[in-house]
Amino acid sequence: MNDNYITLNAISKHYSAKNGTVEALKNVSLSLPQNEIFGVIGLSGAGKSTLVRCINLLERPDTGEIIINRENLLNLGSEELRLRRQKIGMIFQHFNLLEQQTVLNNVCFPLEIRGIPRKERREKAMGLLEKVGLAEKAEAYPSQLSGGQKQRVAIARVLANEPDILLCDEATSALDPETTKTILGLIKTIHDTMGITVVIITHEMKVIQEICSSVAVLENGEVQEIGTVSELFVNPKSRAAKRLLLLEEEEDETYVG
Amino acid sequence: MWDSTMTVMMLEGIRDTVYMTVVSTLFGYILGLPLGIALTLTDKNGLRQNRTIYRTLDMIINITRSVPFLILLIVVMPLTKLLVGKSYGSTATIVPLTLAAAPLIGRMVESSLKEVNRGVIEAAVSMGAKTKTIVFKVLIGEARTSLLVGVTIVLGTVLGYSAMAGVVGGGGLGDIAIRYGYYRYDTPVMLVTLVFIVAIVQLMQVVGTLLAKRMDHRNNE
Repeated sequence: MNDNYITLNAISKHYSAKNGTVEALKNVSLSLPQNEIFGVIGLSGAGKSTLVRCINLLERPDTGEIIINRENLLNLGSEELRLRRQKIGMIFQHFNLLEQQTVLNNVCFPLEIRGIPRKERREKAMGLLEKVGLAEKAEAYPSQLSGGQKQRVAIARVLANEPDILLCDEATSALDPETTKTILGLIKTIHDTMGITVVIITHEMKVIQEICSSVAVLENGEVQEIGTVSELFVNPKSRAAKRLLLLEEEEDETYVG
Repeated sequence: MWDSTMTVMMLEGIRDTVYMTVVSTLFGYILGLPLGIALTLTDKNGLRQNRTIYRTLDMIINITRSVPFLILLIVVMPLTKLLVGKSYGSTATIVPLTLAAAPLIGRMVESSLKEVNRGVIEAAVSMGAKTKTIVFKVLIGEARTSLLVGVTIVLGTVLGYSAMAGVVGGGGLGDIAIRYGYYRYDTPVMLVTLVFIVAIVQLMQVVGTLLAKRMDHRNNE
């Protein structure tokens, strides 16, 4: 029953570029159980951003099905899809906050979209800012915050709609290792306390290791391998996975050296 | 030669110029702002892609923008007469000024709105925002500094056009400059009107820039 909360069924997506077409995703199928932190790893150009954008239909796949909780999102009308999206939160590599609005207004924005009265949304937003440890920055503007703080605002914003799914598109890739750890810790806490299904897109094995339970390795728009994180680290089967692990080791060595 | 009637005439000239410029710009935005929004939404990668609408609007703008203002002024005279009752004077000049300003404003608004970070728009879509909310809160809200700078540019341009209307008795400082400077060879009067025109444009520019800076929260260290 809990199995296959999110199912991507034979998803393909291509883009027309100047020098021919790019096949971003080739017949990708994935099943994600509810309440799990699921990772998708791959190098840049592997198609992972396209993949995560298909889950909330920011990108519409050419073929295939996207089933969330037994409902095929591709069958939804635009208004139904708009409302469904309110329960699928997403955070981004570059945070994507409203630069001209205060931190508090940023967190209020999803509530405003849902038509919640001003007083109520401000109270709720303050509560969320406290939760992410940024209450004292409520009246600041995003340009006055560090990267880590911006991502925490984005997380508070995403929580305002009490989503059942959280999509993280390279959410820690613009952050230093220390901050990455704190943000991942925050995502983990949210997952544990709120019971959200989390999908993490990353190119860093460290992120997968730190927080995910299962992982899919993506290369050239195809899934190379799916399994638990421990399996992947102990016994990587695909060349892509081996390469990613190797890259990580090299990076570690340069850190030490 | 400079007496109180001259002073009164100058003051009236300033009043008429400011009146024509401000009212035409206002009406211009009533037409041009929706035009700019429509261009932004229907262009490729827009939220409501529509090639036909985009191309049609784009063509209308290009055509109207290429008509020299002085010609436009004469061409629309029947319409002006219909709307205002006469084809000369500052109120009448508002009609061609608005028609000249609207497509320019449409383009300015389009370029301002297209500066808005795509990621922020994407985030709003992912939150399930209506297109209307995205237009007002995200596009206009985030581009407000650029939009305001656009307003000052438009005001300057419209003021310049309004001076041209002096040729056909359009009223305002341009009218005075042409009547005295061109028809009567009274260079001093023409220079004085010129100083006023420059001063008005300068003032609008300074105020606009100041306001834009105040409103911008992107980089206030």
